[in-house]
Amino acid sequence: MSATPRIRLRGLRKAFGAKQVLDGVDLDVVAGHSTVVLGGSGSGKSVTIKCILGLLSPDEGLIEVDGQDVTRMSRAERAALLDRTGMLFQNGALFDSLPVWENVCFKLLAQKRVTRAQARDVAAEALAQVGLAATVGELSPAELSGGMQKRVALARAIAARPDIIFFDEPTTGLDPIMGAVIDGLIVDCVRRLGATALSITHDMASARRIGDTAAMIHKGRIVWSGPAETLGHTGNAMVDQFANGEREGPIQMELRR
Amino acid sequence: MTAALDLVALLGRTVLGLLRALGQVSLFAAEALSHLVRPPFFLRQFARHFVEIAYFSLPVVALTALFTGMVLALQSYVGFARFNAESAIASVVVLSVTRELGPVLAGLMVAGRIGAAMAAEIGTMRVTDQIDALTTLSTDPMKYLVAPRLLAGTLALPLLVLIADILGVMGGFLVGVLKLGFVPQTFLSNAWDILQPMDVISGLVKAAVFGFVIALMGCWCGYASRGGAQGVGQATTRAVVAASILILAFDYLLTAAFFS
Repeated sequence: MSATPRIRLRGLRKAFGAKQVLDGVDLDVVAGHSTVVLGGSGSGKSVTIKCILGLLSPDEGLIEVDGQDVTRMSRAERAALLDRTGMLFQNGALFDSLPVWENVCFKLLAQKRVTRAQARDVAAEALAQVGLAATVGELSPAELSGGMQKRVALARAIAARPDIIFFDEPTTGLDPIMGAVIDGLIVDCVRRLGATALSITHDMASARRIGDTAAMIHKGRIVWSGPAETLGHTGNAMVDQFANGEREGPIQMELRR
Repeated sequence: MTAALDLVALLGRTVLGLLRALGQVSLFAAEALSHLVRPPFFLRQFARHFVEIAYFSLPVVALTALFTGMVLALQSYVGFARFNAESAIASVVVLSVTRELGPVLAGLMVAGRIGAAMAAEIGTMRVTDQIDALTTLSTDPMKYLVAPRLLAGTLALPLLVLIADILGVMGGFLVGVLKLGFVPQTFLSNAWDILQPMDVISGLVKAAVFGFVIALMGCWCGYASRGGAQGVGQATTRAVVAASILILAFDYLLTAAFFS
């Protein structure tokens, strides 16, 4: 296990108008580890991932992947980085105009790394890894249940064998059993690929299942990080309140009456 | 005094907003065009949109052209009969259809059908993270979504207008011969004698510009949409309205350029 952070964030700031969403995020994601970032709705979890992937530009701060500053990368360097990353979106973000097998092999087909005939076999293999039959490949995303869409999205994220994978709320909207199934698949896929994983979630059961390391973001800052197995009894009042779902504590919901 | 200043401020904001939008659309178009000459090319996407525009818009464009030609012959007859100028009807039909009505009406029909569909599809992709997903899958959304649509719109509309020209003249011919009692050979020779290559060419050039404008507004409004179903609905409306107005504006500019 390497101690070098594969992803390193320092002083990351991002505002939308007057709303300061990220207010100096510092985070290390160790190579080969699965790191989970916890936080309530609107705490800046998704914005953090989008800044790392280049989908949003940070206002200030450093984002390094393998020691390279992502914010100063050329178009070609960024493309090379995206070639070795995978991303599972919260709602799957499958392309409705394409059948499942083309969704799964989209990156490989777009880069002409496989022919269309080969892509069907690669898709079948990736679908098998997430517990879906090859026949699912012929369906359109609209014909799938929420759990199946999530699994197809996972298959798409791993089909090009990335070494960094991002998971945005992987279990949101799923029943607890399907959530556990997806978490199990995520753990299997990440281990099989030997990848570095960065997940964001507010599902504590999911965080414990998929994370080696956890961090908590609150009001745009990382307020705690440590082993995921200690969640719920970390000694940090904020994290423990969040992990145990307690109403009283240092985190106060802003409710208007 | 304050009311007058408020009015000036409102006017200034509107003008600045229009200029900003113009700049954004220009940059958007320039970036999309740059992808047309830089590989990789998504030919399958181009083919899909070309068929969607050229083939599936054919019924509505054909019917519009046919009935317009028929109405034009009928209306011209009512007016020209007063001056004993019925023989000019064939000329009026063929020139009006090839120079103006063919491209403009086909453009407006396609704007309603295709511009709206493009804005809705791309807008939905925007609000459901599919455009972000394209980026994370190492595919430039401008190259995959926008460039093929712009090329398909620019090439498909002249084809549609060529068919609309033929059907529009045929509509006028049918009414002229079957209802108004023209001799078929006379109607056709009158039409053929007046028609110049530039009449057809100018219509086809207009069609190419209109096709580009329709695809550009559909893509841009969809790409810039925000905020869920309501945002997508607004983007769709904006795309059709903007494309329709731009078609009429460009029609005037191109007519002035060709025939002044």
